[in-house]
Amino acid sequence: MIRFDGVTKQFPDGTVAVDDLSLTAPTGKITVLVGPSGCGKTTSLRMVNRMIEPTRGSISLDGQDTGRMDQAELRRGIGYVIQHAGLFPHRTVLDNIGTVPRLLGWDRTKTRDRSRELLERVGLDPHLGDRYPAQLSGGQQQRVGVARALAADPPVMLMDEPFSAVDPIVRDQLQDEFLRLQDELGKTIVFVTHDIDEAIKLGDQVAVLRVGGVLAQVAEPSYLLAHPADDFVADFVGRDRGYRALQFQATPRLPLRSERTVVLGERPDSDAGWLLVVDDDRHPLGWVEPRRIGGRAVEDADLHRGGTVARADGTLRGALDAALSSPARRGVVVDDSGALVGTVLAHEVLSAIEDTDRPERDEDDPVHGGAVAVAADEA
Amino acid sequence: MDWLAANWRTVLDLGLSHLYLAGVPLLVGLALSLPLGWAAKRWRGSYPAVVTSTGLLYTIPSLALFVIMPLVLGTKILDPVNVVVAMTIYTVALLARTVADGLLSVPDHVEQAATAMGYRGLRRLFGVELPLAVPVIAAGLRVAAVSNVSIVSIASVVGVSQLGNLLVDGYRRIIWGELLTGIVATMLLALVLDLVIVAVSRGLTPWRAAAGARS
Ligand SMILES: Nc1ncnc2c1ncn2[C@@H]1O[C@H](COP(=O)(O)OP(=O)(O)OP(=O)(O)O)[C@@H](O)[C@H]1O
Ligand SMILES: [Mg+2]
Repeated sequence: MIRFDGVTKQFPDGTVAVDDLSLTAPTGKITVLVGPSGCGKTTSLRMVNRMIEPTRGSISLDGQDTGRMDQAELRRGIGYVIQHAGLFPHRTVLDNIGTVPRLLGWDRTKTRDRSRELLERVGLDPHLGDRYPAQLSGGQQQRVGVARALAADPPVMLMDEPFSAVDPIVRDQLQDEFLRLQDELGKTIVFVTHDIDEAIKLGDQVAVLRVGGVLAQVAEPSYLLAHPADDFVADFVGRDRGYRALQFQATPRLPLRSERTVVLGERPDSDAGWLLVVDDDRHPLGWVEPRRIGGRAVEDADLHRGGTVARADGTLRGALDAALSSPARRGVVVDDSGALVGTVLAHEVLSAIEDTDRPERDEDDPVHGGAVAVAADEA
Repeated sequence: MDWLAANWRTVLDLGLSHLYLAGVPLLVGLALSLPLGWAAKRWRGSYPAVVTSTGLLYTIPSLALFVIMPLVLGTKILDPVNVVVAMTIYTVALLARTVADGLLSVPDHVEQAATAMGYRGLRRLFGVELPLAVPVIAAGLRVAAVSNVSIVSIASVVGVSQLGNLLVDGYRRIIWGELLTGIVATMLLALVLDLVIVAVSRGLTPWRAAAGARS
């Protein structure tokens, strides 16, 4: 657990970058710091490993005041992913990853084995290990940056916009892999971004800062979307927050209807409306209009693939999107093996939405009210 | 050519001592410039003082420096050490700034990464900062090498032998072959030193070639 206690940072030129910040990042969770440029996110992050010293207040790691620890040792125990990867240009990928283990005195072989393992872990081809950073793409560099931070298996990770320098598709991929990794590793993470969508996707808890370094609100994503503390937060989380909040609401039992299907390569037995095409395992492939193909067997090229597919145990957002994106207006729902279980109509999802509860608003503490609860033995 | 054929042994000897008188100060000067340059970076306020005061040393006329050395060091007048020390001073004059600039050329995000990983002290200097400063330092070293080779020639005037002897003697006795040999040999020596520095610098920075070769 990382705890900020009334932390203020004023730079020598008078700039107040962080103003009286009190915040707890619970063990094993991702706490995202988000806010506009210059609101003090990087400064807050760097005060944790004392790259920047607070002017007032204190920061503790599992109850220990960081101000009393040896700086270099503190840093070696905290994984840090720097913006734009910040790799050492003169070291190979493997040597970059092994940086902290070497500083901690691991021997060469152990470090190398560990670096290889991490290279794979973050989804990079082993043969990239002997390259220099300049020979990697932006996305690959960012992965190496994450691997380097993980190398000595620190319980705490600080990540400063680790996925910002890549295109949206790669970013999405990196985020998904990151979440999968975190599922396995359960690190205590403070993650900085200026992208509210990234914050909501990754955070167990999101802290919104405003310029001047004041904490505007800290809450679980669904709470933040449902109960922004003030106009600034409401503006910042965006216009379609009602729709996006659906991604945190598990789908209740939807009234699924059975769907007429045709297996790819076979002849449709009717020519009315849209027909769902599946493979031999009943995995949906796309939609087809039988009358357009004039009674012959369905080919791959006939498929309309515009519709998204929702999982029965997924979120309301997924179910609604499946219905809205389907050319037949019937949203495809699958089980966790990806096999078809039925379809659902948009108005059915909407009535399910009307029946769900929104997170309760904490009237006493608009700023900290929706934060992740800290386990009793930690508090 | 005839002159060279008859005197090549002498030329070789003079060349070797020229290399010694120019080369050893280059290495010693580099070693002395490292802490100076590091200090100029570490205490940013001292940068102008370090750079200016070392730079001023370069403006001392070489003949004057050769002559003062025995007085300062208490050595004999003809001792080659006088020249070595004087040349070391010139090398530091050129390299202190180069080392400081080289260390300052390390990209900010790399410095921050080094800090965040828990690097400090000498390990940081030799593990991260110096390797990345090599290109800038090598460029300064090439200038210093050529400068040393050329200045050392003047040591003939204070009686320390090297290739400059050929110039002095050839001029006094109007032996064109000797003069020409002196000039060409000095240039060759400078060229060889330059090539060695370039080769060593390339060897120390394989990542630069790799970056250039990116497909
Ligand atoms: N060393 C410094 N000296 C003076 N002011 C600083 C210094 N470092 C940061 N600041 C100021 O402190 C404020 C917060 O900076 P910080 O880097 O923490 O912002 P940020 O939220 O990370 O912004 P961005 O999203 O642009 O990275 C800014 O106004 C910045 O100009
Ligand atoms: Mg920042």
